[in-house]
Amino acid sequence: MGIVVLDPGPLTLIEDLGRRGSADLGLSPSGALDRKSLMLANALLGNLPGAPGLEVLLGGLRLRFVTGANVAVTGAEGRVTLNGAEIDLNQPVRVPPGAVMAFGPPAFGIRYYLAVSGGIAAPALLGSCSADLLSGEGPPPLKAGDTLALMHGNGAAAVTDSAPAPPPEVFRGVFRRAPDPNSPIALRVDRGPRADWFDDASLRRLTGQSWTISPDSNRIGARLLGRPLRLNRTEELPSEGAVLGALQVPPSGLPTVFLADHPVTGGYPVIAVVRRADVDLLGQARPGQRIRFLGAIGA
Amino acid sequence: MVPYGDSAFLVELPDLAAVIAFYRGLVGAGMTGRPEGVMDVVPAARTVLVTFDPEVLAPSDVLAWLSGAEPDHSAAEPGRAVEISVAYGGPDLAEVAGILGISEADVVRRHTGAQWTAAFAGFAPGFVYLVTDGDQLAVPRRSTPRTAVPAGAVGLAGEFSGVYPRSSPGGWQLIGTTMAVLWDSARPEPALIRPGDTVRFREA
Repeated sequence: MGIVVLDPGPLTLIEDLGRRGSADLGLSPSGALDRKSLMLANALLGNLPGAPGLEVLLGGLRLRFVTGANVAVTGAEGRVTLNGAEIDLNQPVRVPPGAVMAFGPPAFGIRYYLAVSGGIAAPALLGSCSADLLSGEGPPPLKAGDTLALMHGNGAAAVTDSAPAPPPEVFRGVFRRAPDPNSPIALRVDRGPRADWFDDASLRRLTGQSWTISPDSNRIGARLLGRPLRLNRTEELPSEGAVLGALQVPPSGLPTVFLADHPVTGGYPVIAVVRRADVDLLGQARPGQRIRFLGAIGA
Repeated sequence: MVPYGDSAFLVELPDLAAVIAFYRGLVGAGMTGRPEGVMDVVPAARTVLVTFDPEVLAPSDVLAWLSGAEPDHSAAEPGRAVEISVAYGGPDLAEVAGILGISEADVVRRHTGAQWTAAFAGFAPGFVYLVTDGDQLAVPRRSTPRTAVPAGAVGLAGEFSGVYPRSSPGGWQLIGTTMAVLWDSARPEPALIRPGDTVRFREA
C-alpha cells in the first residue's frame, strides 16, 4: 500500500502549511517554503490547501506507487517522469499502480512540490505534519525504503485549518514559473523594527545594490552576499520575536532572510522585512541567484 | 507598538514583568477575544511579538485588539503551576556557591525556595527562561560553554534558571539534574512548561 521511496534525492521532506500558535513554545512555524506552490498542487487535486505533500529539493527523488493515485507537481520546473515518460507540471496526473515517478534536476527553481490526492499521511505535531529542520521536530527527511501512506478524502484529517479548498478554477490557466536563475528576483520589503540601528548609507544600500544568494542558505534562512551593511549602534539587542521574511543583520553586516524554519527569537537587529506574499520566491532561489529589494525603508 | 513587516507588530515593554503580564493578558482569559487570523504571540526579554495573517485580518484590527488588552499581573492559574524534582549536585554547584559567597546547601535552598515564572522560550522547543523576584541566584554564564549539556540539566545564567529539554551545547552553570521530560512531541501538550506558568523546584 502507499508509496515506496526508492531514492529520496538530496532532501525530500513532508510539509504542509506549518504550525501556528507554537512559536511561544520555541517551535518555528515551519511548513512549505514555497507555500503557493503547495497550495496550487493541492488545489489541482481538490485537496485542502494545507494537505501534507512532499517538498523535493533539487530533484533526485524516485518513488514507486504501490497504490494508484492522482498527483500534481508544482514549484520548480524540470523533467519529471512516470515510467520514463515526461509528465506535465502544474496539472493533475493519474499514476497507475506500480508506476515509478522520478524527479530530474530542476532548470528553474530548486524545490518541487508533490501533492497526492487526499494528502500524505503523517503524524501531526501541534496541528501540523511539517518537518522542521531547526528543531528536528516533525517527520524526518525521507530515506530509501520508507513507505508513505496516503490519506483518504481531501486531507481534512491532517490539518486543523478547516477552511475549504479554493476551487481548482481559481488556478486554471495559472502557470506558475519558478524564478529564472539568470534574472534578479525582486522582493518587496518594509522597514524593519530596528532599521534605526543602521546608518543612512546602509539603509540606501539595502535597496540600492543587488545581493547574491549564498550556498549556505537553507530552510532556516536565505543568506545574502554583497557589500555589508553597517550598524550605527554597538549595544546588544535583547532577544526578540522574529518573523518569516525578517532580514536579520549579524555583526558581519550580511543579512539573513528568515524562512519557514527560522528561530522564534533572535538577538540581531532586523533592518527590513520581506512582504509575506514575496517570501515564497526565496524558497526557489538558487545559490548565486541575484536578489533586489524594492521599497522605501529610510526614516 | 512597532510595525514589523506586513503581518506582525512588536510591542515594546519596559521590563520582563511587564512582558509576562502583557503576554498573559493576550493568551490567558483574553483568548476568547482573540481575533481570527492572529497566528503567534511570542514573548521575549522586552517585547511581545504578535503575528497575523494579513489575508484574514487587517492591521488596524490587530492594533485595536492589542490596545484593548489588559495586562494580567496575577499569578498563573493553579493548573499551570509546575513542580520539578531535581537531584542537586551539578558540576557547577560549587562554583555557583563560590561566586555567591554562600554554601552549596544555601544555593539549593534559594533555588527550591523561590517561585519561578516562565518568561519566554528560546533556543530549543520546550526550553523556557525562568525568572524569580530578586536576584539571589544571579551568576554569569560559564566563560567557556560546554559542547554537550545533557537533557534534564538544571542551570543558572544571569537572572535566569532553566532546564535543558535535550542534549545541546550550553554555557549555563549546571546545579542539578531532573528526570522530568521538558518536551515530548508524543504528548498532547508537548511542552511541560509554557510561558506564563509558575515553576517550583523540589529537591529529589
